[in-house]
Amino acid sequence: MIAFVGKRLLYLVPVLLAVTLLTFLIASLLPGDLAYTMLGDQATPESVAALRKQMGLDLPIWERYLRWLGNVALGDFGRSFRTGETVLAAVLDRLPVSIELMILAEVFGLALGIPLAILCAVKSGSAIDRFLTGLAFGKLSLPSYMVAILLIYLFAVQLNWLPATGYVPLGEDPLGNLRSFLLPALTLAFAEWPVLMRVLRSDMIATLQEDYIAMAKAKGLRPARILLVHALKPSSLTLVTVTGINIGRLIGGALIVETIFALPGIGRLLVGAIYARDFIILQGVVLFVAAGFVIVNFVVDMLYAVLDPRIRHGRA
Amino acid sequence: MAALDVANDTIEVAPVRKRRGPGLLFLCASGWIVLIVLAAALADLLPMPSPTDMDMLGKRAPPSAEHLLGTDNLGRDMLSRLIHGARISLTVGLLAPVIGVVFGGALGLLAGYFRGRFEVFAVGGVDVLLAFPPLVLALAVTAYLGQSIMNLTLVIGVLGIPAFTRVARAVTLSLSEREFVVAARALGATHARILIRELLPNVALPLLAFFLLGVAVTIVVEGALSFLGLGVPPPAPSWGSMIGEGREALEIAPWLAFFPAGTMFITVLAFNVVGDTLRALTDPRPGAL
Repeated sequence: MIAFVGKRLLYLVPVLLAVTLLTFLIASLLPGDLAYTMLGDQATPESVAALRKQMGLDLPIWERYLRWLGNVALGDFGRSFRTGETVLAAVLDRLPVSIELMILAEVFGLALGIPLAILCAVKSGSAIDRFLTGLAFGKLSLPSYMVAILLIYLFAVQLNWLPATGYVPLGEDPLGNLRSFLLPALTLAFAEWPVLMRVLRSDMIATLQEDYIAMAKAKGLRPARILLVHALKPSSLTLVTVTGINIGRLIGGALIVETIFALPGIGRLLVGAIYARDFIILQGVVLFVAAGFVIVNFVVDMLYAVLDPRIRHGRA
Repeated sequence: MAALDVANDTIEVAPVRKRRGPGLLFLCASGWIVLIVLAAALADLLPMPSPTDMDMLGKRAPPSAEHLLGTDNLGRDMLSRLIHGARISLTVGLLAPVIGVVFGGALGLLAGYFRGRFEVFAVGGVDVLLAFPPLVLALAVTAYLGQSIMNLTLVIGVLGIPAFTRVARAVTLSLSEREFVVAARALGATHARILIRELLPNVALPLLAFFLLGVAVTIVVEGALSFLGLGVPPPAPSWGSMIGEGREALEIAPWLAFFPAGTMFITVLAFNVVGDTLRALTDPRPGAL
């Protein structure tokens, strides 16, 4: 197990380094002079040159990268030139919102995906299976911004049950907080259940053909017990991976959903930074999102090995 | 491209397909694609009002004989905007995956054939690019480069390279041990000849199927960028920006969002159906036919 973790860690380091390099290169090589942007209308050749010198923009690119990387390693991602807020503070401030959204979305997605997948696997090939599989396939063509609009139209405009936008902090009003998160979390869950269902369904169909399931049936165990106790765990490996990838993705916030529902999460921070051309925040958040994704995937790999001994012994 | 990867990795244990010929759904989907491509190509010749002419007195008009699908927030003809919007969605949607197919396909083919250190670097590079959420990278790069159809196409195209690399590499890996490749090698064929004459024709069909799925994903991503106001700049109509504009009037005129959303959904679904049918037909795994 330790050797396995060590090997994966060795792979993690170059990937993370490459991620920082790519983030830096995007911000540095693409056109647009940061000093110009910062000075705005007051830019004169002299003031731009002075600011470039002050920020170290006149140094060779590799030296700037190493400096930046050194600062990042010490936890200094820079600060916004507009608000003066540090990138770290901005991210930490928005993170709880994105994490709450992520947890609710995963819970709803799994609550919808797992039972439907079990139903499909048991009735594999039946009309209900074909209907749900078809529905899941169709859902892949319905992006989140369309689902969001449908849900807003249905629950906020027509039925008037839930607020269309807005954010209530958890500390102020827990119930209002949940209400403000319900539609965005459902939107994300609608995007996820088809994928979760497809993955678990095909793994489960394979598991149900194993000998030990036939054995359990022969022993006269109740079907519910066979499905939930004997079949679900060995079938859930791919499901864990996919859920992990989704969590990794959602750590970086859900750009579109947070924007539509006006939730102040990481995704909205990023979109705001783009609208405002706040490149330092942008660079810091992109790095945070990508690194977060890589690290969560690493953790999921580890979890996978814990769940399935074949992987840590290198036989799978 | 996350959805694509998952769809492709899912091993279907479903029973063998009963129908071999193209089904009704496949024909409908192909028909819709032909229709929308024709409409987009002939947009200027069709007898329609201009997509950018405003009529401030007749804004948010419901569908009528004069405006078949009504008018939008600024009194512009919806049908005309939908058809002109198809041009942008289809231009970006069809061109961006070409970048992915050409570069990703070549990279995957070479990595799968030569193996060794080249493969390690290709796969590593692909992993790094996959670490960036595609929408985040697309947004960040268009923010630097500026919003235009060409920049959008380039960015989304480059983001598609990893997925195509993976597909091409996986197919090449399974093919390069097959008898006809071994035979060609035994006959003294050069690497270039094996790659171009033996492997490429066999890799092309799975890549084409994946290309169509790539078109579907690209249309969705372009729509997302335009929806956020970071796609093609206004007043050019785009499905994504039309949905975004319609959202503001959801309470008074819900059809402003629903017409473009519906058109986009059907188009994306059509590409997915055609692509998935082709994928199932060309899947090298046993039982896929």
